[in-house]
Amino acid sequence: MSVAIEAQSVSKIFNAGSEHSVTALDDVSVEISDNEFFTLLGPSGCGKTTLLRLIAGFEHPSSGLIKLHGENISSLPPFRRPVNTVFQNYALFPHMTVSENIAFGLEMQGQSKDNVAQTTQEMLQLVRMQELSDRRTSQISGGQQQRVALARALAPHPKVLLLDEPLSALDFKLRKDMQLELKRLQHETGITFIFVTHDQEEALTMSDRIAVMSAGCILQIGSPKDIYEHPAERFVADFIGDTNFIVADVVSENGKQARLKFMSGSEIDVALPEKLFGADHVTVAIRPEQVIISVDSESALLRGVLEQKVYFGTDTHYHILLPDGELFIARIQNTRGQTEQFECGAKVGIGVESDAIQILRD
Amino acid sequence: MTGSNITHNERSQEVMSPNEPSVESTARGLEVRRNILLTTPALIVLFLAASGPLFIMLFYSFLTPGNYGGVEWKSSLDAWFRVFLHRDIFDETVMFADAHISIFWRSLKLSLLTTLFTFVLGFPTAYFIATRPERTRNVWLFLVTIPFWTNLLIRTFAIMEVIRNQGVINTVLISLGFTDQPVQMLYTDFAILLGMAYVYMPLMILPLYASMERLDFKLIEAGYDLYATRLRVLWRIIVPLVKPGIIAGSVLVFIPSLGAYVTPRILGGGKNLMLGNLIELQFGQGRNWPLGAALSVTLLAIVMIALIIYVRTAQRSGNTRAN
Repeated sequence: MSVAIEAQSVSKIFNAGSEHSVTALDDVSVEISDNEFFTLLGPSGCGKTTLLRLIAGFEHPSSGLIKLHGENISSLPPFRRPVNTVFQNYALFPHMTVSENIAFGLEMQGQSKDNVAQTTQEMLQLVRMQELSDRRTSQISGGQQQRVALARALAPHPKVLLLDEPLSALDFKLRKDMQLELKRLQHETGITFIFVTHDQEEALTMSDRIAVMSAGCILQIGSPKDIYEHPAERFVADFIGDTNFIVADVVSENGKQARLKFMSGSEIDVALPEKLFGADHVTVAIRPEQVIISVDSESALLRGVLEQKVYFGTDTHYHILLPDGELFIARIQNTRGQTEQFECGAKVGIGVESDAIQILRD
Repeated sequence: MTGSNITHNERSQEVMSPNEPSVESTARGLEVRRNILLTTPALIVLFLAASGPLFIMLFYSFLTPGNYGGVEWKSSLDAWFRVFLHRDIFDETVMFADAHISIFWRSLKLSLLTTLFTFVLGFPTAYFIATRPERTRNVWLFLVTIPFWTNLLIRTFAIMEVIRNQGVINTVLISLGFTDQPVQMLYTDFAILLGMAYVYMPLMILPLYASMERLDFKLIEAGYDLYATRLRVLWRIIVPLVKPGIIAGSVLVFIPSLGAYVTPRILGGGKNLMLGNLIELQFGQGRNWPLGAALSVTLLAIVMIALIIYVRTAQRSGNTRAN
């Protein structure tokens, strides 16, 4: 699969040289393939929208290159880039109808009248908006505006579609529907989607690959499964899903594996990421749903006192106080005929498999 | 934005559909009576100050001029006849009143040119101000309104000083060797145009700024994103969206330009009359009050036609700006 968008050590500094200078992107490099659903995920102010705006051409990089199919587009204005954007609040033209909005890009490209009309019809059909084609954009609902914005951006058949938190203005139910709709559109059009969001769940369910960003840097790029199960850094583990952070001593290491000793005294062999050779202590991440709880026993990796049980329907959250005063949260699925019941105040053991323990870079 | 509109509509519909007619209607009756009571003072002032004089003027235009000004209480259509037509004193032949028509034409032409001139300069200015950071915008607006602080006469004489034959511009042109003879600018139509454009510029900039300030600049980015060049973004997105401001600014400049008096009097040197000067002439030296009144009513009619066009167009573009 060939590379659609490539950012080569891109930096963006706003108000450079003045005392208010802000580094929005700091030496970011990333390759995004053709026909990929790629997500930039991070908290607000992490630089994800700046990266998107650099690709769209609304901003120009302070240093570094942005390439589209190998061609440097860093200095091209937005109207010369075969890249379209779906804006956060859609930015539909209020003085035009739904179909005029969709036709706009095609007209500006100088396509023939017949072509414009035909493509507009196809797009209306693609987003199921044929019946409302003559409405003003102020006369349709938020979800419908969203679909028009998508159709408008897809109509000129861009090489890459940029989506700037397009679902954030929708209510929960509509957001779920639009997530599936976006996946379907990406599949049907075969266009590369670059999607910006701060919603980790959105990122996990929709993306082929995710880049987690913080403070102007990309911390980790990987498939949703990779990112969730093998977060490389504490920030990533913390930002995506719930995580327990535990400090452990390194007893021995052989280059590939390390023997970790937990405060309970139990030891376990865990795969070691490259960067951690020679550390005495490490922080590990353990997902709440990847543990089992048992009656206190010598074999359990961690031991503590059950403080609180919170019932969530599909599962129950157990808050367990560890001897060092930290709270460990275990999420156990509620199954039929569950026999073992733990009472608050009981001593419990937490069992963790080796592959559920992720050693983090600090 | 859309959501709040919907709830607002629903609420107003609830109010409009009475569930208990008796209570509703008495309440409404009280409200109507109170509204009438509250608006009466304003209506009286409006009638005395605005409508009353208009009716007097209209009435006077159908009377006969008095020998030493004023009117004689004898009805006559002569004033209206003389607005557009001219009867030769010797052979009684009727011709178009060339002088009046050329003054009408000059007024119309100079007012349209003033409107165009202020628009061409005011549009980029308003755009510039609207795109500044919020804090500095007020400074720019303040600068735009500063000329209002000085008396119109003084400002007009200042322009005279700039463009007269021994004025700033001609002195510079001659000393730089561009011309031997001073360029005649004062007492021309150009001088009137320049003066009016200068005086009415803020009336164009302020309404333009008001609509540009509300402009969602994301729409401009969306235009660029969809392959529109800068000129096309201006034409297809910015201009349609600020149309209400363009119309308001144009009307605000056009109407006072049409009736301008001081500027054409001083900068036109009394040779290049405009409607305002012509009307003044009838009430002063001309001693023909009915003709002055008829000319005023004609001016009013022109302004009204302009206003009707304005309201219609504004309504049409108002629909497109529903959100």
